[in-house]
This record gives sequence, structure tokens and C-alpha cells, in this order.
Amino acid sequence: MTTYILRRVLWGIVLLFLVCLLTFILFNVLPSADPAQLRAGRNASPAIIAHIRHELGLDKSVLEQFWVYITNIFLHFNFGYSFYSGQSVISLIGDRLPATLSLTVGAVILWLLLGIPIGIISAVRRRTFVDRTAMGSALFFVSMPIYWLGLIVLFLFASDIGKFPILPGANSYVGITTDAGKWFTSLLLPWFVLAATQAAIYSRLLRGSLIETMSEDYIRTARAKGLPERRVVWKHGVRAAVTPVITVLALDIGALLGGAVLTETVFDIPGIGRLNYDAIIHSDFPVVQGTVLLAAMFIIVANIVVDIAYAYLDPRVRYS
Amino acid sequence: MSPLLDVKDLRVTFETEDGVVHAVDGISYSVDTGRTLGIVGESGSGKSVSSLTTLGLTRTEGAKVSGEILFDGNDLVAMSDDELRSIRGNQIAMIFQDPLSSLHPFYKVGWQLVEAIRAHRSVSGKAAHSRAVELLDLVGIPDANRRANQYPHEFSGGMRQRAMIAMALANEPKVLIADEPTTALDVTVQAQILALLDDLQQRLGMAIIIITHDLGVVAETADEIAVIYAGRIVEHGSTAQIFKSPQHPYTWGLLTSIPRLDIQRDEELVPIAGRPPSLIHRPAGCFFNPRCPYARDEMRRIDPRLEPVAGESDHQVACLLEPEVRTRIWKGLQEGQSPASLRTLASPLRTQASAPAAQGANEVSE
Repeated sequence: MTTYILRRVLWGIVLLFLVCLLTFILFNVLPSADPAQLRAGRNASPAIIAHIRHELGLDKSVLEQFWVYITNIFLHFNFGYSFYSGQSVISLIGDRLPATLSLTVGAVILWLLLGIPIGIISAVRRRTFVDRTAMGSALFFVSMPIYWLGLIVLFLFASDIGKFPILPGANSYVGITTDAGKWFTSLLLPWFVLAATQAAIYSRLLRGSLIETMSEDYIRTARAKGLPERRVVWKHGVRAAVTPVITVLALDIGALLGGAVLTETVFDIPGIGRLNYDAIIHSDFPVVQGTVLLAAMFIIVANIVVDIAYAYLDPRVRYS
Repeated sequence: MSPLLDVKDLRVTFETEDGVVHAVDGISYSVDTGRTLGIVGESGSGKSVSSLTTLGLTRTEGAKVSGEILFDGNDLVAMSDDELRSIRGNQIAMIFQDPLSSLHPFYKVGWQLVEAIRAHRSVSGKAAHSRAVELLDLVGIPDANRRANQYPHEFSGGMRQRAMIAMALANEPKVLIADEPTTALDVTVQAQILALLDDLQQRLGMAIIIITHDLGVVAETADEIAVIYAGRIVEHGSTAQIFKSPQHPYTWGLLTSIPRLDIQRDEELVPIAGRPPSLIHRPAGCFFNPRCPYARDEMRRIDPRLEPVAGESDHQVACLLEPEVRTRIWKGLQEGQSPASLRTLASPLRTQASAPAAQGANEVSE
């Protein structure tokens, strides 16, 4: 098991290197605005632009730039400095991570609280009114793009422009350390919007998995033992049916931590997704690279976590 | 005294999108303490459904059940879910065909046994665990203490079935229903499991119902055999009667399609032609007529009843062929003649000459 994890971690590092390479190539090959010119501002003299280009290291050869970049990352854990603001990428990410973390954790809790019970009830009461209503609304929410649902929700409930401004500070993010109450109310809407689609997906996923599990022979055995139906469903059914849900959950958390670009943009939350979006707009290569790497790292870690979780969840899986 | 388990005119139907499935259509049998009943039939004949219904396990599938299943004088069909649950796994236990898929892959074998014990008895976890180890030992699993801490996938096929049996025995049931207990196992292991069931019955004195498609499985173990076809019992008798003087063409088919070492035969095995009928659109007349080599016109109209075989006590058959015709055909089959060559024995000409066979049978209105 330890060797297995070690091997996976090494592979993860190789993957991260490849992600670095890919973003670098994309950035250099695809046309983008000249970062030096952007930074110099309007009406800057060619000398100033050249000076800035030299400072940013953009006058070196592409290969040399890549070498500097890669050695900085892997040897000094230095992700460079923003072309745009001059701040270090690490500190930018550090500033933005709490918002993304807040958004992710709240949304995950909410969608699990919604999705799991709905999935179980739908599976157990299959083809009843409850099931059809739940799955119908799941389909409804799954079909709505987050940015659209987000705007609709803002239109209805935002504290300033909303028709029913019942949530104070709904679209102005406040850090948890600044004011925990405002932090909570400002995130309620984004949590719900993000959780709505995800809860729908999770309830459908769990329903399908549980229906399949409940037709297994070992469920019949559990019933034949004379166990109460609730125990049959929870201890024998859900325990086995939840495995695929946990896989998807880990990957979703990984992806969300990398930045929920749409949700963060719609609700103006200063998170990683928003940072990434702004960096792309400003051709701020080090920041783009930093956020992409961070997202890739979260996905890779999530994958490793899934594999380890599997070994604990399903005793038939043992890595050697 | 009434028998321990007495099934009377049990009918089980399922509503499906294609129509009503008549899985079990009016079967009756009984089994008493210390006795073994074999229920034999092809897959899809309704043999498993009848036993699952005994435990109330078809209720969740939306089955409609009528008739009576009297256990110790109480009707299981009429019982509430909770009452039935207190009997299930406690006084009536069941083991299934595939022991790998029937044990939960995520839980240790010992844990699963403990759960079975504690479902019906309020004992401490520790006491239940030592009882579990004791049970594993009882069914012949070596090193039971260590084995209790292993997962089902760490057991071999035969060991898993032993563990299933141990689980079924957890609360010393009065009736053990074994649904195809050996089908998924190697032949050598099959014999061990059957011997184990026999041995446990002698020690614990429970009634056993063995459900199988293989007459060979029940030949040694069962006291009596019910042959089931398309949801009905077509022949019922003692094991000796079924093997020595079988009366139904379907039973003949089952017997002549088994390879036997004790009889010198040059002829090849005779499979039963055709497939079991749909339980939604059942044939008119005798359900077996489309596959029966000896079927005559009136058998496509008249539905035979299960009736006593003349001269043999407790032997019943549902067949319109005359008793002497049946005796002659079985004799011919035993001599190695083919069903086709024996057809003429059942020809319509003879029927007119002999006594009316349809006495007491229902005319099917179409």
C-alpha cells in the first residue's frame, strides 16, 4: 500500500510537470497581448517597454524562460510574480484560497445533505410519486447552467438589485475572519446555486447505484436474516452503493478547489476561479500558470485520495 | 398432527408491463421435522419463488400471493411484515445458490454471522462472536476463529457455502430452505455440502427443503420429491417412487437426461425438447403439451389435475395418459427406446378404446 501511494505521488509530480509544460506552450504559442506593454500602460515609450520586458525576463529565449520558471517552481517553490500587479503568485493564491475554500466546503455540505437523502428515498420508493417528483426536479436543476441560475437568483434575492432582497449582503463576499455572520449570508446564495446542480447529480447517481445494489443477492440474504428493512437499506445497501458517489465527490472537491470560475465570477467572490479569470484577461502568465497548476494539483491529489479511499471502502480492493 | 410447514394452494403472481406472470400456480406441499423435501424443476418454473414467498421475500417485489403457508399452525401469508420478520432467519432460514454474491463483500464473515444472531437474540457482541465461531466450526470450517475475521472473497466456494449454512443455522431454525445450494460449486464440493446438510439435519433435527434443477442432488438427500413445471406440481411422491416408477413425461425427461453410471446404455442422453413456457402466456390444456412427445389432441384442451397414482400411496401425478400407457412408456424408456418410437403407445386410437382419461379434469374454456 505505501509503495503504491508513493508511486502515485511520483506520477503526480510528473503530471504536474507536464501541466506546466502544456500551459507554457499554450501561452507562448497562442497569440496574446504583450504583457510588457500591458504593464507599461498607455503611451509608454519603447524604452520603458523594453525595460519592463527585460525585468520580466521576456527578452530571454523561450527555452530559457521555461527553464527559469520550472527550476523556480520545483526547486524554490517560487511560482513567480504577477506581470500585472507584481505580487508573488503564491501570496495571490494564498489571499484567494479562503474564499474558494469557503465556497467549496459550504456547497459540498449542502449538496450532500440534499442529494444523499433524496437519492436514497427515491431508490427505496422507486416509481412512486416521491421518486418521480424528486427525479423530475433533479432533471430541472441539472439542466440549468450555473451562470444562468446564478443570475436569476441574484435578480430575485440580491440585497441591492433583487426583487425580494431577503438576504443581506448576498452578493458581496466578506471574509470569515472579518465578520462570520456576513460571511455566511454572503455565501448562502452561491452555495445554493452550486449545490442545486450538484445535489441533482448526486441524488440521481446514488439512486441508480442503490437501486442496482438493492437487487444484489446479499441484500436478499440480509432480508432473509430477518433484519429490519431500515438496517437492510443503510447497513447493506447504502454502504455498498455509496462507493461511486465518494469517487465523484473527491474529484468534484478537487475540481472546485481549483476554482469555480463561473460561480465566483457571477457572485463576485474573490476566489481562485476569479483570480484565474482575471489573469487570463490580463495575459498575466505567472498567475495563470499558478492557478492552473494549483487546480491540477488538487485533481491529482483527489485522484490519489479516491484510490486510497477505495481500498478502505471495499475490502476486495487491495493495492500491492 | 399437522405438519411443521404446510403449503396449501399457494399462488404467486407478478404484474409486469408485459402482463401477469403466474410464477406459482396453486401448489401444495408439506414438510415435517427431520424430513427433507426436494423441489425439482427447470429455471423459471417457479420453484424459487415459492420458497422466497414462504419467507415473505417476494413482498417487496410487489407479488400478489394467495393460499396458505401454515408454519406451526400460523399462516405466513396473512402475517404482518414485522411478525414475518421475527420468523425469518430465526425459525425458517434460507441459503442461496451463489454463496459469493449472497454474502456481503464489504463485511467480515464473522460480522455477518453476528448480525444474523443479534437480529433475533439480545446477546452481547462478544457472546455472539463466540457463537459465530462455534457455528463456523460446526459446519466444518477449519481454524474458525481466524476465518471469522476474513472477508468472503478470502474464502473458497465451498467454504463460502459452509459459511452461508452457518449463518442460516445461527438461530437454530426449524426449517432450512436451500435454494440450489450446490449449483455454483464443484462436483466434489457439492457432495460435501449435501453430506453436511444431511449430517446437520440428523444432529439438529430440522426440516429441509432443497430446491434444485438436478434430480441427482435430491436422489440421496430427499425423503420426498415434488416435480414442478410452469408454476405447478406435476408429480409428487417419495424419492423411491419418483426414481423407480415416475409417472409424468416431464419427470421421465428429467431422468433420461441425466447421465448415469449404474446403467449400461448405448443410447445417448435424451434431452427434453423445447423450452419452458412463458408464465405470462401459458399454453392451453396441459402446460407440458407443447414439449410432450406423447401429447394428444385433447391434452391441448384439457388441463389435468394432480391425482393419486393407482396402487401407490402418496404418489400423485397430473397427466392425462392412462396409467398402463405410462407404465409401458417408462418401461420402454428404461430399455433405451427413444420417445419418438414410443409415441404410438399413446396414440389416439388406443385412447378411444381405453377408459376416459379426462375424468375429473377441467375443460379449458378458450
